[in-house]
Amino acid sequence: MMSLAKRKTGEKVNWVTTILLILGCVTVFFPLYMAVIIAFKSPSEMTNNIAGALSFPEQWSLNNFREAMEVTDFWNSLGNSLLITGVTVILAVFIHSMAGYAIGRSMAKSKKYKFAYLYIVSGMFVPFAILMMPLVKQTAQLGIANRFGVIVLYVVFFMPMNLLLYAGYLKNIPLALEEAAHIDGATTWKTYWTIIFPIMKPMHATVAVLTALGTWNDVMTPLVILSGTGHNTLPLAQLNFQTQFGTNYNLAFASYLLALLPILIFYIICQKQILNGVVNGAVK
Amino acid sequence: MKKKMTERQRTLLLMTAPVVILFFCFNTLPLLKGFYYGLTNFKGYGSYDFVGLRNFVDLFQDARVGKSYLFTFQYAIVCTILVNVISLILALGLNSKIKGKSILRGIYFIPNVLGGLVIGYIFGFIFTYILPTLGQMMGIGFLSDSLLSKSSTAWIGIVIVGAWQSVAMNTIIYIAGLQTVPEDVYEAGAIDGVTGWNKFKSITFPLIMPFFTINMVLCMKNFLMVFDQIMSLTKGGPSQSTESISYLIYNNGMSGGQFGFQSANAFVFFVVIVVISVLQMRFLGSREEQL
Repeated sequence: MMSLAKRKTGEKVNWVTTILLILGCVTVFFPLYMAVIIAFKSPSEMTNNIAGALSFPEQWSLNNFREAMEVTDFWNSLGNSLLITGVTVILAVFIHSMAGYAIGRSMAKSKKYKFAYLYIVSGMFVPFAILMMPLVKQTAQLGIANRFGVIVLYVVFFMPMNLLLYAGYLKNIPLALEEAAHIDGATTWKTYWTIIFPIMKPMHATVAVLTALGTWNDVMTPLVILSGTGHNTLPLAQLNFQTQFGTNYNLAFASYLLALLPILIFYIICQKQILNGVVNGAVK
Repeated sequence: MKKKMTERQRTLLLMTAPVVILFFCFNTLPLLKGFYYGLTNFKGYGSYDFVGLRNFVDLFQDARVGKSYLFTFQYAIVCTILVNVISLILALGLNSKIKGKSILRGIYFIPNVLGGLVIGYIFGFIFTYILPTLGQMMGIGFLSDSLLSKSSTAWIGIVIVGAWQSVAMNTIIYIAGLQTVPEDVYEAGAIDGVTGWNKFKSITFPLIMPFFTINMVLCMKNFLMVFDQIMSLTKGGPSQSTESISYLIYNNGMSGGQFGFQSANAFVFFVVIVVISVLQMRFLGSREEQL
């Protein structure tokens, strides 16, 4: 690492590329800039030209945000999103890592486990749109057409990807550790939780990041399972209150920003872990 | 002859069985049920009759279904190509000797963490108000109406939003790929006088082929399932020109009284996705180079 860094400093900085890339950031920031500007304006400032949408507001007022929070029941939706994402991530890390361990360790020797592995991993090809209609019926029949049901569905949907990741990671963990514990008289269950589970920490981070991003931004599952229950997730609230915003774009954009803010803050704080997680997940 | 299980075997089985059962109940079972509903004329409520394969036959004659397949494939192919070209260029840029590398990488990844639905709403405003105003100011006729209001251009709007978000993800994967190419391969190439486009074509690209495969497969699969952007930008309009398969299944299956028919559609869509993913992996996988 050191020698690489040293060699790099000796080379010329490619300024043309740097400047082009900085200019390119406009494509990322423009929609966000516009959202911020409109969210802080009052409807009367929205003139019919570009300036109406893009110039600074006369007064930076938080009124739109206050109103948006009331109209969309923001805290309720935020709470639901946090609850669903949080519980899903925790369950995914515990359940999927356990399954990944049991299946990953056994599939070289046992055809049954090999089959279980292929069976679950091939679930990656099953898009939600296909399961949607039967699942709506099924969750209603089981009485879990609620937040609990959504969490159960997420645990199942992320199982193929997470199982693949955990089983892949286990290949790098030597069996010797477990064998030593076994000779000392520890049960498999205890060995798993005290030795293997902690060693898989880097993979837990990857799984947590990918599962969290997927569940936090998902619209379809809560849309078909939760509609009518009075429980919105943040994206679902934007969809359901779209008609109430009407042509009051200032209110709508304040609400959109509020919906984007939690994940943006999370990204700014955990940027490194998120980028690593995404790369690990995709490359494995 | 049955052997007694050891403690280890028993524990591993207990760890696996509940997960496999859970997966069966909420993935395989609904898939089978979907196929079953596809054989009926179920409206989503009330009683229903078994109609055999009629839904599947009707699917191939239904103009609306055909149109949605055409739109979805057109969208997915255009987006996949566009996204991979842009992300490769961006990744090459972000991997070269630039200032503020990690900040720039962080910025370009932002679109990927934001939800598709809300981003769709924000871009909807740009397409409806900002672009037409710009178009009128600069006298570009093509832009002076909202992109989303005409059935000939609405799909472009959805491509832009879809690409804006996916470029972020693909770029990061390509950067990871570019970092696996050792520096001395380039040095050897430089001695042989390989530079510029030739360097990319004959050294870089073959070596990041596995990452190209991942990106192509991921992209195609995600774009074929496009839903959020349709929901927030066009709701399938104008005149059903941007109805994706997922949107059609959702819209007509859940509230249009076509539960059975759309279940059949969903099942066919599943088969299509599996076939495309397998073909892509076969075709692209066979062209990967080993260093």
